[in-house]
Formats: sequence, structure tokens, C-alpha cells
Amino acid sequence: MSFWYDPVAFIAEWLRGVLLGWGMAPEGAAFVLTALGAAIMPLLAMLFVIFLIWYERKLIGRIQNRFGPNRVGPFGLIQPFADMLKIFIKEYITPIGADWLPYNLAPVLSVGGVLLIWAVIPFSATIMGVNLNVGLVYIIAAGGLGALSFLLAGWGSNNKYAMIGGFRSVAQLISYEVPMVVSLLMPVMLTGSLGINDLVKAQTIPFIVTLPAAAAIFFITSVAEAGRAPFDLVEAESELVAGFNVEYSGLKFGMFFVGEFLHAFTISLLFSTLFLGGWRGPGAETYPLLGFLYLVIKTFLVYFVVILFRGSLPRFRIDQMMDLTWKVLTPLALVSLVVTALLAKPLAGIPALQAVVLFVVNAILLMVFFSVAGKRATPKRAIVGKPRPLATPHHEDVSA
Amino acid sequence: MTGLQVVFLLIGAVTLASAVMVVAAKRVMHAALWLILALVGVAAAYATLEASFFAVMQVAVYVGAIAILIIFAAMLTRRSMEDDPARLNKGWPAALLAAGGLLAGLVYLFSRWTGFSSPARALPEGGENIAALGLALTAPEGFLVPFEVASLLLVAAMIGAIYVAGDLRK
Amino acid sequence: MIPLSWYLIFAACLFCIGLFGVLARKNAVTILMGIELMLNAVNINLLAFWRYLWAPKADGQVFVAIVIVAAAAEAAVGLALIISAYRRRQTVNANEMDMLKG
Repeated sequence: MSFWYDPVAFIAEWLRGVLLGWGMAPEGAAFVLTALGAAIMPLLAMLFVIFLIWYERKLIGRIQNRFGPNRVGPFGLIQPFADMLKIFIKEYITPIGADWLPYNLAPVLSVGGVLLIWAVIPFSATIMGVNLNVGLVYIIAAGGLGALSFLLAGWGSNNKYAMIGGFRSVAQLISYEVPMVVSLLMPVMLTGSLGINDLVKAQTIPFIVTLPAAAAIFFITSVAEAGRAPFDLVEAESELVAGFNVEYSGLKFGMFFVGEFLHAFTISLLFSTLFLGGWRGPGAETYPLLGFLYLVIKTFLVYFVVILFRGSLPRFRIDQMMDLTWKVLTPLALVSLVVTALLAKPLAGIPALQAVVLFVVNAILLMVFFSVAGKRATPKRAIVGKPRPLATPHHEDVSA
Repeated sequence: MTGLQVVFLLIGAVTLASAVMVVAAKRVMHAALWLILALVGVAAAYATLEASFFAVMQVAVYVGAIAILIIFAAMLTRRSMEDDPARLNKGWPAALLAAGGLLAGLVYLFSRWTGFSSPARALPEGGENIAALGLALTAPEGFLVPFEVASLLLVAAMIGAIYVAGDLRK
Repeated sequence: MIPLSWYLIFAACLFCIGLFGVLARKNAVTILMGIELMLNAVNINLLAFWRYLWAPKADGQVFVAIVIVAAAAEAAVGLALIISAYRRRQTVNANEMDMLKG
């Protein structure tokens, strides 16, 4: 094994050798390595958020025909550091009547719940925190903690707008968890395993090709889980002041901010792992570093789409949001699950034919549901009066 | 004492302490938070039993769904809770006696039982076999009927909850 | 390895704490929490016996799965009842819910 093929495993092996050379027991060395990995990974993830914030602001700026941050450093790259310093030195304000424990626990949970997911994602053929055989259930469980953080923040702040934000977020997260879990069942069904690495290895044809309906549902529901636009009813500025985080200031607010950006990136990471083939690609098995590169490229493609979503779609109304999950996504997920189960098993012997049939059927299902059910999900508002023009042009005056 | 035993003692202490706090906490919201810690502790105890599926399921179902439901209910009914200073009813010494008596009885029974020496069974390579669990739940010679009854129970509970909590007079 | 007796005593303690909560607390929501603790104690027992006396076969785990289902159903219906009672009586105090007529 050479350093350039697989640097992380190389360094880990070298460190293990050093520790064993010092006379440490093998279990002790393994424990130290695990603890080190567990400390480094979240640290890198949180540092990475600084870059993500810059990237997203720059891109949103471009969408809105602005430059985005461009004053501090080359291309404005140092801007997030300046913001970070500013947020560090701000004052902590705790509102009167706030519930101390939930109020302070919520920001920590909002970041911690997301970081938990990173423990089971395979970054390359060899780099993986824990190879859990129930990795997918673990990811769903970690998603539940995010809902908890919104709820605690809403309750702890002793503010009715925060409380409404908390209620909304829980209604949203619990509703979107249903189609998400059902859509994740489809890749599991084709793979026969709940382990994330097994799911990646099974994707000789990426699941987005064989299961487009599941991929679409997972993408929409995970954007909703992250509470990103167009699903940002939790922090609807125009209705709820700022939602569940009204009363937070300084670094505590910063934690929510970091949690949101990290969550958006994490769902991109999950989507590219579960539906785009993760680290798979030509030569990724022999050169794990290459696999890591593939994963990064795929993830940034998905993240780009997530930002496009945020930049171009208006916010849902709360009834539209509920209609979308209960009247479109959940039925689609259930129908697609049954159809996939019926078709996948008889064709399991011929993978190419299976892939084609599944793709065609699922794509048809997806289109039918989104065009028929999607239009009827929310009843149209009756038009009360005739539309009248806001301003009447005076052509005569202009010419005169 | 091995490392695993120390870990188990820690888990047990944290879980039992938070369970006591669930029962003793003044505000219902805090009791719910302690309940979450206790449930996570139980999940960790499952993990020491190498039942990773149930450890993760415990967090997904109990923390992700049941605890959030309980917090929701606590928030919706908060007005009546804050008025009430006394959190235990008048018969609490009798309750303490009953619980303590039950614990003493159980410990006495344990002390007379001799099956403790049996060592843990060997698990197949790669931990518990989830496929075997799935097969046992759905095979006709396994537990198909209890499984179907359980799903029926869930449907009945869902309909019942909607009927009871929903405002049907409208 | 951890002895089986540790799990049993741990579960017994958890069960008794939950029982005390159910019997002694006034608030209906907290009573429900006590029931959850008791169900969890039962699950620990089931999994411990599965691990020590039954392991490669999945039979013991099936019971745990069904207990979890029952707990979810119980929590949903119980909380719906509490909310419904709160709407009519403005109380979640178990002592005050003593009328048989709505």
C-alpha cells in the first residue's frame, strides 16, 4: 500500500504500528485510532462548513444577479472567517422565563444530530467510520434528533413565534419521515442489506437509474428534513419573525446556522451515496483516493441542485406542504414500493433487463403522480373578483 | 473487571439516575427530557448485548417518535401543569412501598435462581442476523400471525387516535 | 463478558422506578412516561434472555419487536386521550379525571 493510493488508511496503519511499538495492547491501539478518527471527522466537517457558507452565498448571489461576498480576501474567501469572529464576540442573551436546559441543549443537538450521520458514510472503498450492518436505520434515527432540536429551541425560548416555529417543524419532519423511510426501502429491497457500504457496492447501475421515483422522493423529503427553502416554514421570516431561533444570539445562533448548512451538505452526501453510487467509479476499488474524489464531485453536483432549489423556488404555504407529502409523495412511495417489489424479483436473474424495466415503470409512475395527483393535491382557490390592473398606462402623456 | 463491564455500569447508573429524574422532575418538560436520556441509555444497554438493530430502532422509535409525541402533548397541555405545585398524589408512600416491595421480591427471586451461570451464546460472524429476524417475522412457520396482529393493532391505534383527538363535531 | 444477573437487576430497578412513577405521579403525561420506562425494562429482559439462552435464533427478538409496536400504539392512543380530556376538562391531572360521563 502506498501513501498516494490511500492516504488515510496508510496513516492509520503507520500510527497503529507506532502505538504497538510503544508496547500498547492491540485493543488499546484500535481504541485510540477510533477515538482519533471520531475527533478529527467532526472537526473537519465543521471547518468545511466555513467553505460551504462562502460557496452558497456566492452562488445565491449569482442567481440573484449580485456578486456575493467579494471584499475580504480573494473572491471573498475570507468573509466567513470575519463573520465567524463577529459571531464569537457577540453577547449571549437569554430571554426571561427561558427554560435553561432545553434552551442550551437545542443548538448542540442541531449540529450533533447531523454529525452523527457522518459516522456511517463510506467516503471511499476503505475510509468509513463504522461499518454498521443497520446503517440506514441509524441514519433515520439520527434524523429524529434534528426534530428534537427544533422542538426544544421553540419551547425553551419562551416566545410564541419560536413555539409556532417548533410546532411547524415537528409537523413537517414527522410527515416527511413517512415517504422518506418508504423510499429508502426500495434500494434496501434490491440490495438485501441495510449496511451503507453494501448499498454502495450493489450499485453497478446507480439506483437513480433503476429507482427514479425513490430518488425523487428521497431528495424532496430530505430537503424538507433539512428545513431548507422551499420547505423553510420553520423559519419563515415574513410570518414568524425568525422562527424557532428568534431568541438566540451569538454562537448559539451560529450553531443553528452551522447545523443548517451542514445538514444541507449532508443530505447531498447521503443522496450521492445512496442513489448516485457513492465512491464508485472507474478505478475506485484499486485507488481509494480516486473514489473519494468521485464522491466529492457527485456531492457537490447534488449540493448545487439544493442551492438552485433555494435560490429559485418560493416558500410553500403550510397546507401545500402537508398536501405534498400526504397526497402525492406517500401514495407514490407506497405504489412504487409495491410495483418495484413485484417486478424486481422475477427479473433478478437478468440485471440489465431488470434495470430497464424498473426505470421505465418508475419513471412513468413518477410522471403520472406529479402531473395528475400533484395538480389535484391542493384545491384551487376561487377567484373572488375580476383582476384589475394596478396601473393604467397613459400613452398620450408620454408622447406629449 | 473488564472494560465492557465498566461501560455497562456507567450506562446503568446514568439510565437509572435519569429514570429517577423522570419520576421526580418538577416540570413535565424536564421529565420528558430525562426520559429521552433514559431511553438512549437503554439503547446503549442493547448495544452491549450486541443487538445493534434494536439499539438503533430504540432511538428511531422511542426518541424519534414517542418522546417527541410526549413532548408535543406536554406543550399542548402546559397551562394545567404549571398551576399545580404538588406533583405526587397523596398515596405516594404506598406507591413507594409497592415499588420497593416488588424490587425486593424480584431480587430475592434472582438470588434463588441458578440459571445465571450460563454464558452468552455465540453469535454468527458480523453480529446478529437481521435477515433471520425478518424471516422469523414473516414465515408462516414463524411468527406471521403475531406480526399481522401487531400491524392490525397499529392501524386500530392510528384510527382510534385520530377519532379521539380529532374534533369531529365540525 | 457482563453477567446475565446484571441485566436482570438493571431491568428490575428500571421497572420499579417506572411503577412508582405510574402509581405516584398526578400528571397523566408523566404516568405515560412511567409506562414507557416499564416497557423498556421488559425489553431489556427479553433481549438479555435472547442473548444468553437463545442467541442465533431470532425468536426472542420477535417479542421485542412486538413490544415496541405495542408501545408505539399505546403512546399514540394514550396521548390522544390526554389531549381529548384536556380539551373538555382543562386538566391533565389524573386525580381530577373521575367522572364517567363526558
